[in-house]
Amino acid sequence: MSEVIRVEDLYFEYTEGVQVLKGINLSIRAGEFIAIMGENGAGKTTLIKHFNGVLKPIRGRVLLKGKDTRHLSVAEASKIVGLVFQNPDHQLFNETVYDEVAFALRNFGYPEDIIERRVEWALKLMELYKYKDRSPYTLSVGERKRLAIAAVLAYDPEVLVLDEPTAGQDYVQKEKISETLNLLRTLGKTIVIVTHDVEFVVEHVNRIVLMSSGRIIASGPPLELFRNPALLREARLLPPQAVRFSRFLTSRGVPIKDCFNIDACVQELLGGLRGGS
Amino acid sequence: MLVELEGVYYRYPDSSDWVLKNINFKAGEGEFILILGPSGCGKSTLARVLNGLIPNFYGGLLDGKINIVGNDPRKVPTYEMSRHVGFVFQNPENQLFFTNVEREVAFGLENLGYPPDEIRRRVLKVLEEYDLMELREKSPFELSGGQQQKVALASVMALEPRVLILDEPTANLDPLSALKVLGLVKKKTLESKLATLVIEHRLEIVLPFAERVVVMAEGEIVYDGDPLGALERYGYLTGKPFIIRLIERLEKEGIQLKAKSLSPEDVAASLLDILERGVTRVGGN
Repeated sequence: MSEVIRVEDLYFEYTEGVQVLKGINLSIRAGEFIAIMGENGAGKTTLIKHFNGVLKPIRGRVLLKGKDTRHLSVAEASKIVGLVFQNPDHQLFNETVYDEVAFALRNFGYPEDIIERRVEWALKLMELYKYKDRSPYTLSVGERKRLAIAAVLAYDPEVLVLDEPTAGQDYVQKEKISETLNLLRTLGKTIVIVTHDVEFVVEHVNRIVLMSSGRIIASGPPLELFRNPALLREARLLPPQAVRFSRFLTSRGVPIKDCFNIDACVQELLGGLRGGS
Repeated sequence: MLVELEGVYYRYPDSSDWVLKNINFKAGEGEFILILGPSGCGKSTLARVLNGLIPNFYGGLLDGKINIVGNDPRKVPTYEMSRHVGFVFQNPENQLFFTNVEREVAFGLENLGYPPDEIRRRVLKVLEEYDLMELREKSPFELSGGQQQKVALASVMALEPRVLILDEPTANLDPLSALKVLGLVKKKTLESKLATLVIEHRLEIVLPFAERVVVMAEGEIVYDGDPLGALERYGYLTGKPFIIRLIERLEKEGIQLKAKSLSPEDVAASLLDILERGVTRVGGN
């Protein structure tokens, strides 16, 4: 698979002498669904802001499809990587929902008929089309979050980067976001999310990048990482419930496989119960 | 009872829809109550009634019997309510203003006109309790999300409220920080005999702390009872964490667990009990 984002020995600081990123190396291939996880302040958001050139490295470099972000305008970078911020209000500033989504497209100079079609497509996908003439500020927080996603989807970047897409979302909204992300994957998009949501990650992503104090401390499939208690502690994560459950039983002398498949897990437990009688 | 609501209805100004409908709700000392429900179900509106922002700030029409630590928010100014009801927001940055943590914690007390000696005593007490002594000279904005949430909590607790409301207190925290903040809240709830109401969507983290769950939908309380029952009946609104799905599946097999809480460890321990007692009647129907 081809590489879409390449980060080489990236260092970054907001204030001189206080390094927020300390030598990040990372390669993201087309079609991956990646979660960046780690404690508050680990540098996750700072890292993803380098993915579309909002921030530029003070040492090392970031390549988008082989091009250094230092030589790309934010507009050029945005066509490769679309970034959805954690707080949607930081990126909503137009008078209507429609204009919000059309904004970037107009900036990129698309003709109005294409803009119209794209905006309609993105708003319908996010189930916001009925609000197209309303002010973004009359929408609920969940709807504003979906609007911010729609605004990015409309300019069709290859990679979508979302900072905490499920934080503060209720169950139904979270399901909707999962559905959308899965749909985008089937459309061939590469997706990177920053999240604390361990249960969401187990179900959806194929790689976790674990950060701690400005460094990447591990990278691999969720199940592999979630089985490593020392690593999780370092990243201030709790294992998924299924892992905690089976680990507790195993530590008390009832060895059981990970419980992700509840049916299989219950069969195994019942076997133990019946065997013990 | 610290909180008593009877037949409470509310609608915002310029709206003819009731956003709270016939709310009957009581909360007593030492209760840690989890409030669940989809966005827009009225959870946050209910919280605003309890801390007096409704009707004092938002206006609108509030009807029914309300008694919060002996006060009716319709008859008492908001600052008076803030002595009794502490409120912690989802995003701590929204309630932090000052250049250092100590000033931040003292602010509420100064605002309510407490004497300097009393302010000093209470500030030191909460800084100690919330493990913030070392950070007291720091700007709240230099702190991590978890630390900020602790400062917000400490500032509220310095007022020694009897009712504590937390609106998605862990939404922006990593799991261990979230666990720590909730653990602290639970401990204070029991020690100081508070009535604590937590609005939270991250069930897998908060569920083990709650003995009582209230589910709201479209402005009404549709469930008030034990956590497992809430999720078994209203999981389609709130989501069902792994542990609930597992318990349900085991119940189908005739295994009734008596877990101390809904944490994976407590549930596993209760299953272990059954295993060790060598229960023979499994799936016997």
